[in-house]
Amino acid sequence: MEGTNDYLKRRIRILVAKPALDGHDRGILVLAKAFRDAGMEVLYAGLLATPEQVAKIAVDEDVDVVALSLHNSAHLSAFPEVKKWLKKLGADDIQVVGGGIIPPADKKRLEKMGITGNFGPGTPLEEVISHVRKVAMKKWKMDQ
Amino acid sequence: MPVKTKMKKEDKLGMEINYGRERSNTSGIKLKECYYPEDSNIDYDSKLGKPGEYPFTRGVYKDMYRGKLWTMRMFSGFGSPEDTNGRLKLLLSHGETGLSIAFDMPTLYGLDADSDRAHGEVGKCGVNVSSLKDMEIIFKGIPLDKVSTSMTINAPANILTAMYATVGEKAGVSKKQLAGTVQADILKEYIAQKEWLYPPEAHMRIIRDMMVYCTKNMPKWNYISISGYHIREAGASAAQELAFTLADGFEYVKLGISNGLEVDSFAPRLSFFFNSSINFFEEIAKFRAARRIWAREMKETFGAKNPRSMMLRFHTQTSGYTLTWQQPLNNIIRTTVEAMAAVMGGTQSLHTNSYDEAWALPSENAVEVALRTQQIIAYETGIPDVIDPLGGSYYLENLTDRMEEEAYKYFKTIDSMGGVVNAIKSGYLQREIAVTAYAHQRKVERGDIKIVGVNAFSKEKEEPINVLKIDLKAERVQRKRLEELKMKRDEKAVERSLEKLRQVYEGDENSMEAVIEAVKNYATLQEIADVGREVFGGWKEPTII
Repeated sequence: MEGTNDYLKRRIRILVAKPALDGHDRGILVLAKAFRDAGMEVLYAGLLATPEQVAKIAVDEDVDVVALSLHNSAHLSAFPEVKKWLKKLGADDIQVVGGGIIPPADKKRLEKMGITGNFGPGTPLEEVISHVRKVAMKKWKMDQ
Repeated sequence: MPVKTKMKKEDKLGMEINYGRERSNTSGIKLKECYYPEDSNIDYDSKLGKPGEYPFTRGVYKDMYRGKLWTMRMFSGFGSPEDTNGRLKLLLSHGETGLSIAFDMPTLYGLDADSDRAHGEVGKCGVNVSSLKDMEIIFKGIPLDKVSTSMTINAPANILTAMYATVGEKAGVSKKQLAGTVQADILKEYIAQKEWLYPPEAHMRIIRDMMVYCTKNMPKWNYISISGYHIREAGASAAQELAFTLADGFEYVKLGISNGLEVDSFAPRLSFFFNSSINFFEEIAKFRAARRIWAREMKETFGAKNPRSMMLRFHTQTSGYTLTWQQPLNNIIRTTVEAMAAVMGGTQSLHTNSYDEAWALPSENAVEVALRTQQIIAYETGIPDVIDPLGGSYYLENLTDRMEEEAYKYFKTIDSMGGVVNAIKSGYLQREIAVTAYAHQRKVERGDIKIVGVNAFSKEKEEPINVLKIDLKAERVQRKRLEELKMKRDEKAVERSLEKLRQVYEGDENSMEAVIEAVKNYATLQEIADVGREVFGGWKEPTII
């Protein structure tokens, strides 16, 4: 793909997951449908996948973005854990975005660790989708 | 300082356009501009009746809130058992009339605090219970013969019931005196909240064991609280909440009857737990329709004779989903409207959410405002003075009938699939909810549904509010306690009782005694749950999207 801008036309592959003991799947299911309607290829890791499992699926399926959602206050331990595993598996380029019930102070900490977005309830789908597009683009540039 | 809110041009435009549009509620029922006598086909005696009389549409008690106000039951529990013990004592001293306990995620999933999967989640969304020891601490100094305790626990409800009974026994309060409720509604777990340990059939067998055991031995223990709350939060409409919850209820009634229980011997113990969301009249209609349907089906389909079997008593919680992180103080108003709908709908107990819950677990200050909201409705507004104050309204009676019709359509579909368990295994119920949730979100995105502070009247910048912070202290405390427990307890007795439980689970005899025995020997929550995992295996849900 060198020398062209073809990568801009690629379909985004995204894995949506809840990497902890959390069954609140309304948000993630709504997002999965919205990502699909926005033309992305969407994979769902199912309930109760561990951060390690999520990272492995992300690598095996060669996704661009992992979208994590938690409503159980475990985001500060679980989100970075996914990131850590991606790094361990040599897939540091896969972008990690987060969402759920995330207090502002935690949001800052997550951003520092490279987990972006961290959207709260009531965020317009468009805002989430455009953020995913932006970070996917970033990954493609990194991969070039 | 006056708050500057910006009203975008689209907002104004949207409102003007919306003025002439068709109106419908969350259940998809189209609303007329005004309702007239011909819209409400009231056959008074058969459809409404007096409060406290069949079909209980107007309320389950003759005197309703004049006799006794609803119970203000605030769901709480966090951190270590010591923290929760302190919070419970504080709430009792504030005049709260019933205890309600939230458990953390590891407890809800039947995992101990020292499990790998529990890391980062111990004591976060509720209190952690890893063994009987923790329950002893939670209830230390609380008179179990005087309070009633509601425990929001489902998959491991049999184990927590066994623990509560044992704590009572040690404090000299017999099983016969213990009053309270465990949620234990596994069907809605598969449908909405998604916290299960085993396949549906295995959990239904365990619920059967609890039903049969408690019917005989724990007369004041309500072993199932049939819950629509989570179904609604997961995205269902009011009509879907009504239909799926009652369908679950009928399933438990069938379970009891098919295992030799006389319907009137256990049906009075079944209670319900509904959501109260923001569409005021739709919610009130839902509560009234629920009472009428339950009364009719219990009498006509299941042959109940005791009026108490026909009474649908319910707890209500205001909607968490309707709370926004934007302009969080607005959530106090949302909760107030929802709480009023619950009271006008005749609830028996109520939890009001705190305004900061879209940001974090509630802070003490926010919890206090939420409780005060109920007290203001109870003591200042005059709403509780008259029973079913909206009864007879052309609109509300019409809406009550329509909600009932919608519910019966779903009952028919579920029956045609061979019942709720099959409808779960095929993923039908879960998909219905996901479809509604997505459609709702699209309407919000298009601006067809307005949410103040979110897609209308939004502010440029949100000021952060102070929220509750929970540290990892509970995890350390709980791990240490488990370590000590495992050194002190009689390992042989633990092994023996777990082996006994395994044999019981492999067969078909009632498992409650075996669970109680294991609990008494301080087998941990996870050790007991693991026996089931080995015997029954786990469960993976069908594809929803």
